[in-house]
Amino acid sequence: MALRAAATGARRVLSQSILSSLLKGKYSFYSTASLQDGDFADIVISGGGMVGAGMACALANNALLRDKKIVLLEAGKDSGDFTVPDQFSNRTCALNPSTVRLLSSFGAWSEIEGMRCFPVLRMQVWESCADAMITFNNPDMSEPLAYVVENDIILASIMCALKNVKDQVEIRYESKAVEFNLPGTDKSEEAKLPFVKLTLNDGSVLKTKFLIGADGMNSAVRNASGFHTLKRQYGQSGVVATLMLGEGLSNTTAWQRFLPTGPIALLPISDTMSSLVWSTTPEHARNLQELSNESFVDAVNDALWHEREKNEVAGKLLNGFKSVLNNILPADTEGMRQLPPTVIDVVEKSRAAFPLTLIHSSQYVRPRIALIGDAAHRIHPLAGQGVNLGFSDVACLNDTLTKAVSCGADPGALTHLLQYETERQRQNIPVMLTIDGLQRLYGTEFTPVVIARSLGLHAVHSMPFLKKMIMERASA
Amino acid sequence: MKNHPRYECNRDHHYFAPTRRQVRCHGAMLQCVHQNLLPWECCSQHYKNFTTVEEMTPEEKAQKFQRPKAQTTIDEEEVSKFSALSAMWWDEGGEFEALHSLNELRVPLIRDALVSKKTLNEYDRTKPLDGFWVLDIGSGGGILSEPLARLGASVVGVDASEENIKIAQAHLIHDPAIRDRVKYVHSTVEEIAQTQAGKFDAVVASEVLEHVADANTLVTSACQLVRPGGSIFFTTLNKTRIAHLLGVIVAENVLGLVSPGTHDWEKFVAPKDLSYMLHRNSFATRLIHGMCYNPLTKRWSWSKDTSINYALHAVKSSDTGETNVWTQEKK
Repeated sequence: MALRAAATGARRVLSQSILSSLLKGKYSFYSTASLQDGDFADIVISGGGMVGAGMACALANNALLRDKKIVLLEAGKDSGDFTVPDQFSNRTCALNPSTVRLLSSFGAWSEIEGMRCFPVLRMQVWESCADAMITFNNPDMSEPLAYVVENDIILASIMCALKNVKDQVEIRYESKAVEFNLPGTDKSEEAKLPFVKLTLNDGSVLKTKFLIGADGMNSAVRNASGFHTLKRQYGQSGVVATLMLGEGLSNTTAWQRFLPTGPIALLPISDTMSSLVWSTTPEHARNLQELSNESFVDAVNDALWHEREKNEVAGKLLNGFKSVLNNILPADTEGMRQLPPTVIDVVEKSRAAFPLTLIHSSQYVRPRIALIGDAAHRIHPLAGQGVNLGFSDVACLNDTLTKAVSCGADPGALTHLLQYETERQRQNIPVMLTIDGLQRLYGTEFTPVVIARSLGLHAVHSMPFLKKMIMERASA
Repeated sequence: MKNHPRYECNRDHHYFAPTRRQVRCHGAMLQCVHQNLLPWECCSQHYKNFTTVEEMTPEEKAQKFQRPKAQTTIDEEEVSKFSALSAMWWDEGGEFEALHSLNELRVPLIRDALVSKKTLNEYDRTKPLDGFWVLDIGSGGGILSEPLARLGASVVGVDASEENIKIAQAHLIHDPAIRDRVKYVHSTVEEIAQTQAGKFDAVVASEVLEHVADANTLVTSACQLVRPGGSIFFTTLNKTRIAHLLGVIVAENVLGLVSPGTHDWEKFVAPKDLSYMLHRNSFATRLIHGMCYNPLTKRWSWSKDTSINYALHAVKSSDTGETNVWTQEKK
């Protein structure tokens, strides 16, 4: 038996050696052809922000991509080891459960928990023109709706997690692509190459099978790809600041009040502090930045508490509607109105403003290119969905690549990338339209609209199954 | 000779004895070249394909029986000449879109069938097919050869068209990760079978069978190339009326999925016929799956219905004593 096995083995070795000799024709022209000069990477990620670094980390931890060379291009400098500053940063994100799952999958979430994050157990949304409001929370407030984390900490944690897989990803700081040669864009000899050729700012050339554009709202990858892009100025600016809160039992609620000029939101970042995101007219935003600290605090409190925009007709109708609904549906104690906190101070130099724009690329992919995060879509901050959509892109693209590679496909193969585009646009576009719609709906004081929206909001608030559905959508 | 069974022609139910030199098929009398012509040979062949070896001129003979020409190199001039054509083959939204998306089914089929023979220790997630020798019959532009090589297999792609071989080579040189794993050979399966018989772990004939004049010769030669215990894979079109309607008329003239004239229904092979051909070559059919193409999503999916497209996997009986249900039954 053993003898026979040995004989079979020998025969196989022999036959394979014949085949090997058949296969090993020397491709002598490699050195002379212009195809192989410069660096080569299987996957290049352009932009090392939260989403770009997250993408690199997800790919580096993907067992099927272990033999792929992955390069992350970051225009900024290597900031070295990160230490958590005492002062809170004014740029924060509310990370939803699916983002937390993604970050946990490659070890970044435990880094964040080791640094600083704060849970949001409850959310209350109301408006200045009527008494209608809506609250969201998980049953018994057991599970947080989201975690508020500073952007710096998210990025630092991902970079920390990347250090654990540093053999997998090459991070090139202070480098970015300045020239793109994409397959099929022009008729030059270079363009016939089935690869993406990048010329970096230091003049070196990098070739890749797959370029991921994670380079933010003014994406150079998107521009080079020639994707049709929808851009709209909201005519609003976002004012951010770190606020100190007065009395109060616990600070675990995210507050959002719609004003005719735009929504104002407070996200809890510690027991006594909240992060402000106030969308308003550019003139008002400029004023708010120039105000003294005391006047700014007064302005914030006024925006949260004032009653002068109340619409009487809408108020009466809403009260009638409420009493009717109360007779049909049992009252929900968890959904009771809570009073917003009183702001007592603003952290020095934490105020900043930035213009708000809507950007959406009609396509996310073309052969050997994919866009993720803000490069593909940038939305209004009113629902705190921006970065979560970006991380969902990361999770989806990672799954798509896993599937492609397990089929032996080229990572940049369009067949698989189109699945990524379809799946992401199916989620991103409804979110964008909803947020855009909300922004328009609450941007007016016109009585019929006020009545309609306040009755509608209260109706949704009274129907727990609808609320549950909205929460599931927002955290998916 | 006297007791030779009568075969039923699967198309027009004409009966004939395969040992007779003259056979009746589709109402016409055909002059048969070989003594042992079988029903599917008769049906899949048009009379114009009946040329005997004796009738060939010396030049034609030389061309037909020349040694396999190993295409080892392709020079730079040819790279630029064929890169435009290669771009056409590799345009995933272009003419060969359906072939590109078919990889989503056929690559996992081949991968999973071969990998099941590995132990857990031998299994490498990134290169599951490492160590397997695969022959890709009708490799074309290399749409199937390259993914198999990316999974670790050593692939020999064979195509009868020299242009296709050059196109495939012009594309392959751009991928340093796999270019040493793939070899394209301009030859025919019959010629390769003369020198490389029994040397491949797997032979794949994907979307080939429906294009050849003599399916039986191709299957026999392909079977010779597989080592005992090795696998053979086919994906092709069934010989049914619905395949004629959807696979030929609608796909070519209505949807424009493939250029008109690509497929000839006469050449299609039914799974049971293919299975029987393989059985005669001591292969046991492991599975026959239907494949369904959705022209809206432009994706393939597995289906129970084998009436249009189907995939077949068969395993050669090994001499190491593996039980073979088919041969046992015969005994």
